[in-house]
Amino acid sequence: MKFDTVIIGGGLAGMACGIRLAEAGRRCAIVSQGQSALHFSSGSFDLLSRLPDGTAVEDPIRGMAELAPVAPEHPYVRIGVERCGDYALQVPEMLRKAGIPVVGDCRKNHYRITPMGKAKATWLTMDAYLRAEEPGRLPFQKVCIVNVEGFLDFYPEFIAEEFRAYGVTSRFGSVNFPDLEKIRQNPSEMRSANIARVFDHERNLEALAVRIREVAADSEAVILPAILGIDRNDAFETLRKKVDMPLYLLPTLPPSIPGIKAQQALQARFRALGGEYFLGDSVLSADLENDRVKRVYTANHGDMPFEADSFVLATGSFFSKGLLASPDRIVEPVFDVDTLFTPDRSEWYTLHFFDKQNYQAFGVVTDASLRLFKEGRLIENLYGAGAGLAGFYPVQEGCGAGVSLLSAFYVADTILNSK
Amino acid sequence: MNIQQNTVSENNFEQCIKCTICTVYCPVAAVNPDFPGPKQAGPDGERLRLKQPDFFDSALKYCLNCKRCEVACPSNVRIGDIIQSARIKYGPKKNTSLRNYVLANTDLVGSLSTPFAPVVNTAVSLKPVRYMMDKVLSIDHRRVFPKYAHGTFTSWYKKHAAAEQAAFPKQVAFFHGCYVNYNHPQLGKDMIRIMNALGYGVQLLDKEKCCGVPLISNGLYQQALKQAKVNLKSIRRAVNERGLDIITTSSTCTFTLRDEYPHVLSLGNDDVRERIELATRYIYRLLQEGKASLKFKDTTPLRVAYHTPCHMEKMGWAYYSIELLRMIPGVEVIVLDSQCCGIAGTYGFKKENYPTSQAIGEPLFRQIEASGADLVVTDCETCKWQIEMSTSKSCEHPLSILASRLA
Repeated sequence: MKFDTVIIGGGLAGMACGIRLAEAGRRCAIVSQGQSALHFSSGSFDLLSRLPDGTAVEDPIRGMAELAPVAPEHPYVRIGVERCGDYALQVPEMLRKAGIPVVGDCRKNHYRITPMGKAKATWLTMDAYLRAEEPGRLPFQKVCIVNVEGFLDFYPEFIAEEFRAYGVTSRFGSVNFPDLEKIRQNPSEMRSANIARVFDHERNLEALAVRIREVAADSEAVILPAILGIDRNDAFETLRKKVDMPLYLLPTLPPSIPGIKAQQALQARFRALGGEYFLGDSVLSADLENDRVKRVYTANHGDMPFEADSFVLATGSFFSKGLLASPDRIVEPVFDVDTLFTPDRSEWYTLHFFDKQNYQAFGVVTDASLRLFKEGRLIENLYGAGAGLAGFYPVQEGCGAGVSLLSAFYVADTILNSK
Repeated sequence: MNIQQNTVSENNFEQCIKCTICTVYCPVAAVNPDFPGPKQAGPDGERLRLKQPDFFDSALKYCLNCKRCEVACPSNVRIGDIIQSARIKYGPKKNTSLRNYVLANTDLVGSLSTPFAPVVNTAVSLKPVRYMMDKVLSIDHRRVFPKYAHGTFTSWYKKHAAAEQAAFPKQVAFFHGCYVNYNHPQLGKDMIRIMNALGYGVQLLDKEKCCGVPLISNGLYQQALKQAKVNLKSIRRAVNERGLDIITTSSTCTFTLRDEYPHVLSLGNDDVRERIELATRYIYRLLQEGKASLKFKDTTPLRVAYHTPCHMEKMGWAYYSIELLRMIPGVEVIVLDSQCCGIAGTYGFKKENYPTSQAIGEPLFRQIEASGADLVVTDCETCKWQIEMSTSKSCEHPLSILASRLA
């Protein structure tokens, strides 16, 4: 099988890269080992929320300019602040074209609310999700938090407690219908996706609207967990019209409905542009000749290789198995490219779970064009994008989605300009 | 010592991190709340079953064995295999239902039906007969039965094709499967026509039995194992003694021969697995490597919608069939969203599954109706029956389209 570019990894970075290449007319294939970490998404995309020393960032682009001296390996430093600024302006358009409407400004962070009620700085938030310009400035004083009875992945009491600190009073409402009882037969499966299927039915959406109006009383707004619209896109809008009062969604614990919708939308956009998406397949080996990758072999396609002019490694970090920790080193399992890590294993992590963990900044070694190395030799047509890159702390710095999107755009442009 | 390697469990079971992504993509869990979903039925339930076999849940019978859970799993857990293996290991040992026996024994029923095809076909299309089957056998009366051919593919081959095929310098073996043999010999003939145009003669295996997929899904494991052994013996002889590759036209037969034999029936096939492949992939390879070419005559515009069967999705091979279709002059291909049609072999014939089966297929049927396609194309015979019964379109195999336009 012959392609211009083969992308290994079908998450946010892989798809953003594939979409940008396909928009420029390139024939691309994405090989993805199962569904991606987008299924754990918060419904928001972070660009840069904190500097490495913990200082809060208001203006992400300005924050990036301060990274070079303290985090020289950071992907934003590699890409260059000016270029990052350009790409950050282009990302919302890419998402919108895929059918993912987002709100946000790369020069000023806003705040998203977690399923536990915490306000966290972020860059872009999907439409319909609750956002605040300042941590305490919510768009209401009195709110009703509605939850489905028995739903395990959303915590109204915690949320109310956080809200109380901002002077917001909350009341609670719970929802239960016969169709919800049916999925409760398996209590451990009371998950967002199963519940969303119930509300995809018009009669249940109607019943939900009636129930919301009953419990909302004198509230100015209503908050619901993200359990709407898995197979239909208009569920939220339909409900909002029926309820006829301000309605906001909050993300839930995984699986994430906004993440699933984003994955499906980006995948559909990639396919519509002529891209080939191979789901459920893993790259097993590669042929390298003269410091170039010639072809890769996968589990499903056996002796029928994927040949391409360039290859992109977007397999993610430890969670997605893009990186593996062996007793003495960090291994990138597809090409065994060179990785960046501290040699002393005792420095990889601290015993305090919520502290900054050094292993989070481990990743593949790149040159200025994000090309990868093997045994110290540059592989000329192999690029790295996304969470597997080295030099950043996605959780502490709040930059995971930004690194994925911006590195993907940068790699795509480098490939487009290289011939 | 590599501790990890020594602790790897069957089917990658211990890699499950409970992310629930499999359940999101399960076609059954989406429409039937009686099925707890692949995570619960698979790795979660397995933990309990390992402790105490009584934890076996009869709801596992609702699993279609579509393997879409495995395609979605980010951790490479063979969830579908865990469920199927649990049914074999912990499920009811005796399958006493006559209905399941009849549905599963495609060879027996096929051999009995083909000599009297016109009578059988008319009979099973009659309302009273269908109501009787519904009442007596619990085969849903709304289900349209596939037609039987008057005479099998193999008898036609032996009488009319064998000598001519032997004359080609290059040869390939064909695992025709029950559908080509008993229902639609024309598909086998179409494939032979294409292979001949590429310079290949087509041989049959010494002995071929149903691949066993309906037996496995109906709990007749011993019989499935017996038939699998016969098939593997024939395949080994073809590969090792006659030096032939094995090609097929049915995506599910292919998947069963390659993957279900080792994973579900614990029958090793490493030595021949790579020599068994779908004809569309085999042909794609020949054309791509420039080893052969095809000439087309009929270039009338034709708009087809390709449906990816579940086992095709699992193998990842829809690409080859779609690319072959795209190579045919005049043919425009729309690729439908990859989703289960709901029939899943014998599953959709059963009275208790009929509503689930049709509810699963509903989004696909809607997409087909809206596609504006002249016809639907797919590599699976049971998907074809389901699509033809549930939509206004007819459904063909990619090789039949290709053959019909050859010069």
